[in-house]
Amino acid sequence: MSRIDRRRFLRRARNTAGGVVAGLLAGSGRPVHATDTTRMQGGPARPYGERSRFEKLVRWITPARYPTSTASWTPLAGLDGVVTPSALHYERHHGGVPDIDPHAHRLLVHGLVTRPLEFTLEALRRFPQVVRLCFLECSGNGYREWTGPGGADVQQTHGLTSCSEWTGVRLADVLAECGVGPAARWVLAEGADGAAMTRSIPLAKCLDDVILAYAQNGEALRPEQGYPLRLLVPGYEGSISVKWLRRLKLGEQPWYTREETAKYTDLMPDGSAREFSFVMEAKSVITQPSPGGEPLAAGFHEIRGLAWSGRGRVTRVEVSCDDGATWQDATLHGPVLPVCHTRFTLPWRWDGAATVLASRCHDETGYVQPTREALRAVRGDHSFYHYNGIQRWRVDAAGRLFNV
Amino acid sequence: MSEAMERKRQVAAARRVRDERRGAPAGHAWSVLRAAIVVVNALLAVAFAAVAAAGETAAAPRFGLGSAADDARMAAWDIAIDAAGASLPAGQGSARDGASIYAAKCAHCHGASGREGPDPPLVGGAGSLDGDAPMQTVGSYWPYATTIYDYVHRAMPFTAPGSLAPDEVYALTAFLLHANGIIAADTVLDRDSLPAVRMPNRGGFVPDPRPDVP
Repeated sequence: MSRIDRRRFLRRARNTAGGVVAGLLAGSGRPVHATDTTRMQGGPARPYGERSRFEKLVRWITPARYPTSTASWTPLAGLDGVVTPSALHYERHHGGVPDIDPHAHRLLVHGLVTRPLEFTLEALRRFPQVVRLCFLECSGNGYREWTGPGGADVQQTHGLTSCSEWTGVRLADVLAECGVGPAARWVLAEGADGAAMTRSIPLAKCLDDVILAYAQNGEALRPEQGYPLRLLVPGYEGSISVKWLRRLKLGEQPWYTREETAKYTDLMPDGSAREFSFVMEAKSVITQPSPGGEPLAAGFHEIRGLAWSGRGRVTRVEVSCDDGATWQDATLHGPVLPVCHTRFTLPWRWDGAATVLASRCHDETGYVQPTREALRAVRGDHSFYHYNGIQRWRVDAAGRLFNV
Repeated sequence: MSEAMERKRQVAAARRVRDERRGAPAGHAWSVLRAAIVVVNALLAVAFAAVAAAGETAAAPRFGLGSAADDARMAAWDIAIDAAGASLPAGQGSARDGASIYAAKCAHCHGASGREGPDPPLVGGAGSLDGDAPMQTVGSYWPYATTIYDYVHRAMPFTAPGSLAPDEVYALTAFLLHANGIIAADTVLDRDSLPAVRMPNRGGFVPDPRPDVP
């Protein structure tokens, strides 16, 4: 490059918009861009990782009078795979996030047991370990969708579900250590938070697959997820997986706490209400494309979404790209695990015409995700929890998506 | 033990069938092998019986982890009041006693009479549950009066949970029940009278019938 060429280049570079910094690397004659990461040392190693400064995905927090009694919703549209980053896991707090010293924490197990025992975290960690991936979902996920489209985007319609790898010990092992009394049928779980959150859980479920979890995605639970110890009750509504767990009491009857009478019950059209409606039924949603993103361009897109069932494995997800006129089987990305988010994809070529996208899933019990209309026909318009209707996204001719 | 014997017999029968199908080799070596199998089966039966016997004393702790529950901790933490109210503490209060406590500690969020908010109403809604605008309040919806005691004691007031004395909790429970027309203003609630209060929606709850949507 001659001297004149170089000057010309420098001038042109100075005038170029977009942050290009003019310059030449001595000796090489190649232009250097300030963001050419191959021409400089990167940042230093750091003891605890953070995401890139360019990544801005955050939870959406329901506006509430008290910031300690609210919910934060996972930004599903921006996530891939099936594991939710711990920092983006949905949350529901009833009395804030307690700051618990794990060395001082105790789990008390009493009531109808032969030996009332208390456990330090250290003692609990000595029990045989179990590891499993499992979704959690607030039973209020989708509460605004009962009578028509409510949330603006998938974060607001479906963001109260997340999926993690959980590590802990079998509750059955811990209960056996205490000696379950023959009359015991229910277990009261109580948290050490400002709500002293309590739920009654059938003993049979506790002896089946409930975990006392101390780790999430390979590290200690986040404070918001119950540090240092929480219940994990696979397939049941999230509130029963009591966080900051400090006490389990065995009894003959459920306790009928406020959280299983005033809340977390389902009002039916005849005025009756369903109690102890634990299971989260099969559900799916298309996360990409979904409202709030850049308008779609005509041409190829891969439809991507999540499906899950509290009753076991997802066996099939169908996707419609023509407002329900036809349905195609999406690819399920294995391993498909029970009670776990399952990623599905389907190639799609958008012709630029307005349409509606939707997904519906099937689980291993043969259950098929219902429409909103089918749900309302049975449960009416005054239920709040357990909405799992088919989610429809309208695509207009400009490529924008809307909840319909 | 008889179960173990039966199992052994079945296994042996299955093996005979299998061997016949495979055309098992005859002769001395096979006899020795079969004799060895018989011995092994006998040993297994003994082991099975031992395990079964151990099962009968399964109450013994398997891991030896945890320590005896501390009595003081158990007493301090065991705050749950069940539907029958069996563990209600001593103390008492009436709606008259509760009015001033409510005004001082509750009205800020729940409204002067329990209807005004800003938080959802605690009072009213009687007979509304099967209508177009159901109101799920303490009076119209909650099936057990004991739950009011349990919840107010453990979680209220919101900014100072667990701070109310038993007399205050009884009085506030009475205040809410009276405001909903369920007890008289001078009814005194205590560990005996509170569980006896019958809530209007006591029979309103049904088991979960799902899957319920075709």
